[in-house]
Amino acid sequence: MTRLPTWADLVLVPAISLLFAGVISALVILAIGQSPAEALETMVVGAVGSPYAWGYTLYYATSFMFTGLAVTVAFHASLFNIGGEGQAQIGGLGVALVCLALPWPHWALALPAAMIGAALFGAAWAAIPAYLQARRGSHIVITTIMFNYIGAALIIYLLVNVMRPQGQMDPATARFPAGAKLPTLHEIPGLGLIFTKQVPANVTLFIALAACWLVWLLLWRTRLGYEIRAFGKSEKAALYAGISPFRITMLAMLVSGGLAGLMSINNVMGESERLLQNSAEGAGFIGIAVALMGRNHPAGVFLAAILFGFLFQGGAELGLWTTIPIELRTVVQGLVILFTGALDHMVRMILGLFFRPRKTVVG
Amino acid sequence: MVARSTTGRHGAAAPAQAGAAIELRGISKAFGSVQANKDISIEVARGTIHGIIGENGAGKSTLMSILYGFYKADSGEILINGIPTPIPDSQAAIRAGIGMVFQHFKLVQNFSVLENVILGAEDGALLRPSLAKARRVLAELAAEYELDVDPDALIENLSVGHLQRVEILKALYRHADILILDEPTGVLTPDEADHLFRILKGLKEQGKTIILITHKLREIMDITDTVSVMRRGEMTATLRTADTSPEHLAELMVGRKVLLDVAKAPARPGRTVLEIDNLRVRDSAGVERLKGISLSVRAGEILGIAGVSGNGQSELLAVLGGIAHGTGTVSINGEPIDLSGKSSGGQSRRAQGISHVPEDRQHLGMIMDFTAWENIAFGYHNDPAYQKNPLLMDNAAILDDARGKMDRFDVRPPIPTLPAKSFSGGNQQKIILAREIERNPDLLLVGQPTRGVDIGAIEFIHKRIIELRDAGKAILLVSVELDEIIGLADRIAVMFDGRIMGERLPGETDERALGLLMAGVAGAEEGR
Repeated sequence: MTRLPTWADLVLVPAISLLFAGVISALVILAIGQSPAEALETMVVGAVGSPYAWGYTLYYATSFMFTGLAVTVAFHASLFNIGGEGQAQIGGLGVALVCLALPWPHWALALPAAMIGAALFGAAWAAIPAYLQARRGSHIVITTIMFNYIGAALIIYLLVNVMRPQGQMDPATARFPAGAKLPTLHEIPGLGLIFTKQVPANVTLFIALAACWLVWLLLWRTRLGYEIRAFGKSEKAALYAGISPFRITMLAMLVSGGLAGLMSINNVMGESERLLQNSAEGAGFIGIAVALMGRNHPAGVFLAAILFGFLFQGGAELGLWTTIPIELRTVVQGLVILFTGALDHMVRMILGLFFRPRKTVVG
Repeated sequence: MVARSTTGRHGAAAPAQAGAAIELRGISKAFGSVQANKDISIEVARGTIHGIIGENGAGKSTLMSILYGFYKADSGEILINGIPTPIPDSQAAIRAGIGMVFQHFKLVQNFSVLENVILGAEDGALLRPSLAKARRVLAELAAEYELDVDPDALIENLSVGHLQRVEILKALYRHADILILDEPTGVLTPDEADHLFRILKGLKEQGKTIILITHKLREIMDITDTVSVMRRGEMTATLRTADTSPEHLAELMVGRKVLLDVAKAPARPGRTVLEIDNLRVRDSAGVERLKGISLSVRAGEILGIAGVSGNGQSELLAVLGGIAHGTGTVSINGEPIDLSGKSSGGQSRRAQGISHVPEDRQHLGMIMDFTAWENIAFGYHNDPAYQKNPLLMDNAAILDDARGKMDRFDVRPPIPTLPAKSFSGGNQQKIILAREIERNPDLLLVGQPTRGVDIGAIEFIHKRIIELRDAGKAILLVSVELDEIIGLADRIAVMFDGRIMGERLPGETDERALGLLMAGVAGAEEGR
């Protein structure tokens, strides 16, 4: 297959994939008797048409950045972590325990402590499948999927039987103390001029941006990152170099689980301010698509997270303002994943025809 | 290069009374901007053995793939028995009477010989009549060409020599008149290779045409009638074998004069560096692969381990390199090394002054997707010189180091930011050697240093290994190339079935005696 120039690889291929996804989505919307133009307008206005809309898009994007990075780190060690969903939920448990443990005087104190709780719990939830993979050879895809269910069941049990305040009906923890409330973009001095209304996007966005940079640093500037990438490319070669597969499998999954856990700073601490069941709302799974589309590079994850934030928020608006069912959001997401991930090669092959070297063969 | 058109005709004209079984006219093939074959024309007369020789990447395999229908030529035509015959796929090649014996056998492991032979050439839906017919044909072929193989044996139980015969039988069963063999002796003992050549000569006498692709000059001289030399996608010459010499062929291949013999001063061995006593290794299936090896290597000497591949040499390198688990005692500079096969073993070996150039450079020695500079740090990525601070690596320092090492080892192209996979086999090997030799180890483990490496680079690699020896380092060399072992080693140990069959001095032995030891014939022990 012809090798594409870098700009085509990074810009043109995803753009064309998205175009395909958009066209098919439009056909689906037509098929259910609705107007694609109206749907597109609703999505664009609802997701990026105002600072308020951006406040939601960025909120979702923040979560997706963490889960996308989680998948990315594991992927570089050739480990497919599908357990982001469970790790994020268990990370939320860590956040809840930290936030409820003390009457926090200020969010600046609560945040680092909650981050440690989120990362530790998320990492711990990833550690078990990692150990089973490294020592027992249990396939990490299977175990992490199973741990999503175990995690969800564990959270429900804890919420219903242990952490629910007396007299409260819904399965959730008590509300976190006021001192643990993270400032939203509206409340941040300066940004308040742009985000004039209350939005869910909060300071965690900046932590996510820092995480993108740190993950890049980890993977391409540290010895651990070097070993992770070497191990991910060839386990045999890693052994030759004296890189321990056990150590790398564990560390990569701990970092991955920790990142997925950190997502709960955004939703549990920053938005709902208490732990609910199913707190991750599928962000763990969307992280897989984000990493896939972002080519497992933090910069790509950043962009893909914003795109999926747009789809998520825009899709919700569809359900709100049109008669198009909200489930269509899932269809559109599915098409984006299909075209950017699974059918990536198809687009490349088509583009390859146009980028073929002009040079004719000298007979 | 100009010689092609003239010598090409001349070379084939000599036995032309038999007519050309196969003729290529102006075959060209490009992959992207790389011209793999450029205006190639040859004629191979019926009933002759024609050798095609050239360095890696010269375009031999591409040409044969075109002939067998794997690739389509951009231009040019193929004539079989004088008739233009397009070969769009391998089925067409088989119909045209072309049979191919690949370097890597394409056999179903848990099928019998018979089942493999009829696979894809069954006569009908029911197997029984096909099997019966194949059994009869095989018996005839076996009698005719010394191609005896038990038709009911399972492939997985056969030796490589036999597997190759099965491949030849497969081709003959499909009525091949033209047989193409790609590097057929790479995995054979000298005895097995001789047997193969007898078979090929028998086939030739029966009027079959054989094309032999090889990089071994000696085989060309021994068995072929005519020989074509390829270089950089072009056919640089076609000659009668009788009119040429190995030196001349090597020069045509490389484009300059090449020293075929390794020039080296006598060894001056010093203290013992590596001492191995009763080393045993079991593989993951529990089969004992090393059955009590005892060896020693002294400073300033090269110990060559000869043997057919798969007799424990890989395991020996793996356990010494810290990759596999073993029992027994091994010491370096009098200090015992850890044989537990802990996964970080590779690191402690390097710390103890052992460098390792592994046999399988593409899967062990480097990460093909990493850049050259990243590979220069591979295994030594914990070196303090490569760190900017306790947290971050100093990529600029590694890049700098890589530039120097690649320059000193003449890696081409000298661009450290290219991915390793875009270098040729020889240059990949030079990157690994640069990394390992410049660490100035006390002991260098080298496996198959020149496998898949072109002649020009072989000369360079051999020189570097001898330089290291002359600098007073101990070297353990494992190679399946007897020429290489005899040329480089100061002492030769022959391995067979996980044991050392005997030790010889290169000046006091020959290929025949070593070949017997390699085949596990204990009678060759008398010289001890």
